[in-house]
Amino acid sequence: MLADKDRIFTNLYGQHDWRLAGARARGDWDGTKELIAKGRDWIVEAVKDSGLRGRGGAGFPTGLKWSFMPKQQGERPHYLVVNADESEPGTCKDRDIMRFDPHKLIEGCLLAGVGMGAHVGYIYIRGEFYQEYKHLQHAIDEAYEAGLIGRNACGSGFDFDLYVTRGAGAYICGEETALIESLEGKKGMPRLKPPFPAAVGLYGCPTTVNNVESIAVVPTILRRGPAWFASIGRPKNTGTKVFCISGHVNKPCNVEEALGIPMRELIERYAGGVRGGWDNLLAVIPGGSSVPLLPKEICDTVLMDFDSLREVKSGLGTAAVIVMDKSTDVIAAIARLAKFYKVESCGQCTPCREGTGWMWRVMERMVRGRAEIEEIDVLEQVTRQVEGHTICALGDAAAWPIQGLIRHFRPLMEERIRAAKAGRARPMPMAAE
Amino acid sequence: MPKLTIDGLEVEVPHGATVLQACELAGKEIPRFCYHERLSIAGNCRMCLVELEKAPKPIASCAYPAADNMVIRTDSPMVKAARRGVMEFLLINHPLDCPICDQGGECDLQDQAVAYGFDRSRYAENKRAVPDKNLGPLIKTIMTRCIHCTRCIRFAAEVAGVPELGATGRGEAMEVGTYVERALSSELSGNMIDLCPVGALTSKPYAFVARPWELRKTDSIDVTDALGSWIRVDSRGPQVLRILPRLNDDINEEWISDKARFSCDGLARRRIDRPWVRRDGRLVETGWAEAFDAIAARLRGLAGERIAAIAGDQADLESMAAVKDLFAALGSANLDCRQDGARLDAARRDFYLFNSTIAGIDRAGAALLIGTNPRWEAAVLNARLRRRWLGGKFAVGLIGEARDLTYRYDHLGTDPSALHALLGGGGFAEILRAAERPMIILGQGALARPDGAAVLAAAWTLARNVGALTADWHGFNVLHTAAARVGGLDIGFLPGPEGRDLHGILDGARSGEVEVVLSLGADELDPADLGRAFVVHIGTHGGPMAARADVLLPGAAYTEKDATYVSTEGRVQRTERAVFPPGEGREDWAIIRALSEVLGRTLPYDTLDELRARLAREERLAHPLGGGCVDLAGPSGDPAAMGEAPFASPIRDFWRTDPIGRASPTMAECSALFGRPQAMAAE
Repeated sequence: MLADKDRIFTNLYGQHDWRLAGARARGDWDGTKELIAKGRDWIVEAVKDSGLRGRGGAGFPTGLKWSFMPKQQGERPHYLVVNADESEPGTCKDRDIMRFDPHKLIEGCLLAGVGMGAHVGYIYIRGEFYQEYKHLQHAIDEAYEAGLIGRNACGSGFDFDLYVTRGAGAYICGEETALIESLEGKKGMPRLKPPFPAAVGLYGCPTTVNNVESIAVVPTILRRGPAWFASIGRPKNTGTKVFCISGHVNKPCNVEEALGIPMRELIERYAGGVRGGWDNLLAVIPGGSSVPLLPKEICDTVLMDFDSLREVKSGLGTAAVIVMDKSTDVIAAIARLAKFYKVESCGQCTPCREGTGWMWRVMERMVRGRAEIEEIDVLEQVTRQVEGHTICALGDAAAWPIQGLIRHFRPLMEERIRAAKAGRARPMPMAAE
Repeated sequence: MPKLTIDGLEVEVPHGATVLQACELAGKEIPRFCYHERLSIAGNCRMCLVELEKAPKPIASCAYPAADNMVIRTDSPMVKAARRGVMEFLLINHPLDCPICDQGGECDLQDQAVAYGFDRSRYAENKRAVPDKNLGPLIKTIMTRCIHCTRCIRFAAEVAGVPELGATGRGEAMEVGTYVERALSSELSGNMIDLCPVGALTSKPYAFVARPWELRKTDSIDVTDALGSWIRVDSRGPQVLRILPRLNDDINEEWISDKARFSCDGLARRRIDRPWVRRDGRLVETGWAEAFDAIAARLRGLAGERIAAIAGDQADLESMAAVKDLFAALGSANLDCRQDGARLDAARRDFYLFNSTIAGIDRAGAALLIGTNPRWEAAVLNARLRRRWLGGKFAVGLIGEARDLTYRYDHLGTDPSALHALLGGGGFAEILRAAERPMIILGQGALARPDGAAVLAAAWTLARNVGALTADWHGFNVLHTAAARVGGLDIGFLPGPEGRDLHGILDGARSGEVEVVLSLGADELDPADLGRAFVVHIGTHGGPMAARADVLLPGAAYTEKDATYVSTEGRVQRTERAVFPPGEGREDWAIIRALSEVLGRTLPYDTLDELRARLAREERLAHPLGGGCVDLAGPSGDPAAMGEAPFASPIRDFWRTDPIGRASPTMAECSALFGRPQAMAAE
């Protein structure tokens, strides 16, 4: 269990003042000038040494990502873009960070800006997060007023401007290149890669897009040293992580814990356990709606980190743990996710545009058992035809939940079809919405 | 030069090439829908996926830059599965209504489905249906067929420069359209029909007319403007059914204007299909012999100076040469091919050519447009100017009417005073001087006016002042609007010594000094200017000149004859006969040849080949294209004599500039639609 002294987000529950005075009391903006003075390379190396992996879902090493930015600023400015378009179903960590600890993010932006030679940062915040936007903007204004950012930020001689832009409610704008398009005022559609944003990003300039949490942990890492951060968690899966536990648990919550904590311990210690006890567990989606679900047998022992979850063919994603107990119609639950992806597909590329609709329609029939057993195989093949063939990862995200369902609950799907053919009543109560 | 291995073959490709281009170099066919050489890369159809060694996923070859030591496979099971998958997705919501689809037989989706698709459908759900959009009188839409490749959107935004199309909605609900429904306001919109890989955008006038395999395809040249765009004439039996562009990177690339494409329905309407002679004030149908006799009777005993000939905008080189020879035999020097009265100076060829060449625009560093609206006078050339402008570091100045040219320009003024100011240096003249390879483009609107010769000389002087005339770059350009003009100037269809030019002929006709006027398709003349002269009109379509004629002879339109035209850049090109002229119509040169015999001045050629042998001796036609300026001495006009009237483009109605366009119902519809102000959505 993570000791309280090792927690980074000490106001995750909003008990304390989120404004500048409160943030300073918690240690934010302490010695920022000295950290900046250590220079760009030191910051990047420290983040690399800490083993921090991106908290937005893909788990790409953050320090490595920063090192892709050109070493010298040429004609084109560098940009830092913070992805605060948190829309993954089940995920609500960035929201609470921005609501209760906005200065962690702002200080992180400044330090990340130094680390990649960016003098301008944009925070692209999900449009629905109105209160969070107000808090964030207020905190930025405070920081400007206190001379922490802006011209000669913190007295360091480094200029850094920070802007907040509100999104308009599209899930796809959480994809980094779609976010950049949206930030430029265009329709949020992912760009082709290569070129990657570090070469050609916002307004054609070198850009790095990072998740809110990835940026917000940076000041603490730099202050306490990469070794401290790397000592938490498991090798290659270091540090603390905010988990969002929701669904059929007694006390849904956000909690900061070390990576690599057993899933069962996470749920039972912080979320008050599964409704009706651990044995009433049916399945868990461990990392937000786009990763495959895990049945109880796996949940009994699996550890919550990037590599452990990958070994069981799922993923840590955004660490949004969605718990489903045995009252859940798991087919209907996945069908609902399929509908989400069908609606949120941008429509740009063929497999996702056509495939998400196909998968959703078949899933809807599967819920009622109005299908042939062979269609489960067709559905599986369709998910394979979508996965890996699209411009961005939304196609993969739409395919994986269905693949997980078929992998772990195929007997249930077959039984449903047989029951419908036999005219038997629907065997399962429904709690999926 | 990166070296790649593609299916075991090693290829070397130029820098900046994509994997798809590398595969093509290696002779591997890569299926594609959204990729098009002349549009930006969208990478959204996912049909061109190939396998890159060590990459976890297949890559979109159209968008992936080729790099050294890549190992690509285009025929692996992974690639085949990916193509099949994408094809299946494209087809699940496609209506598969090929039997009633006009794209059938020339449909990319059809072809590629045969080559790469499944043989049956596994999709058991309902298909998507999309409401059709009204994009105007030229493009018919069946949006349910759309596969969202966005070629049309990119064409409108990039090439045509009218960003009116876009995609609304997302996911399955994505639709291509104009948002607020309206007709596309581009003169190049027809090219979207060619670009559309499926039957979502098809030709409205051609709807349900024919199948591609029923058509006879004839390579030809467009004459609706002076560019000489390469076209293909598709005909069935006696009728031209449609016109499509052909590829020529130096002229039209693969675009043609809507006028070139859609005015062909005018070829079958209002045609003059037999000779007519005026008797007792009325035109009556007659035969060739009677018509020729009527001409011979009127010409008998008439001195050469009392007759004259004027060539129209679509007259071919052969017939103009024949008329010139005939008039020489009749002792007349009263000839003019400048039907619009443009003060063109034919003393040297580079005084009236588009010397930089059309392809030369790509290399130009700045451009000054004088008295021209290239968007209407040469729509395809305007698209090239726009592309050059998009390429950056290309300043454009305009003296004349301020119009939306699809690119930004400095509007320097509307009348010659702005040109006069440039002659003094400074301002835009400095920009031209500083630019590498500046161009000056002079429109007919600047020449077809009393002070035209002065404007011509002033423009030349400016070109010389700013360094546009060098040994390897000729930056002085005249943009013609008539396909016949350069040819006429080249062979000297111009007043001889003591001869009358157009103004002289018209004055003479009004005063009675010129008694007979031969109009070789000079349909743009105002009959009222011809006074009481005896008018012999060789034409194709009814119109004011046909109504005014005393003898009316049925000629052949450009699709109905083997004819030579010289484009505005001096390119000598030939049309080919696709269909025969209707009724008694004959090729124009043959009419002149037959008439010469009746007049007792038989021309020395009996066949087209013999006539062309005579043309081959024309020195100017053999001149090579492009090249620098050898002689800096300018045209004879005096720049100081420029007047004050503002410049105006000669084209007031883009769709109806020639007899064919005026006879075309499609062009009439366009003219009616775009001629009046567009309704705007209240914002």
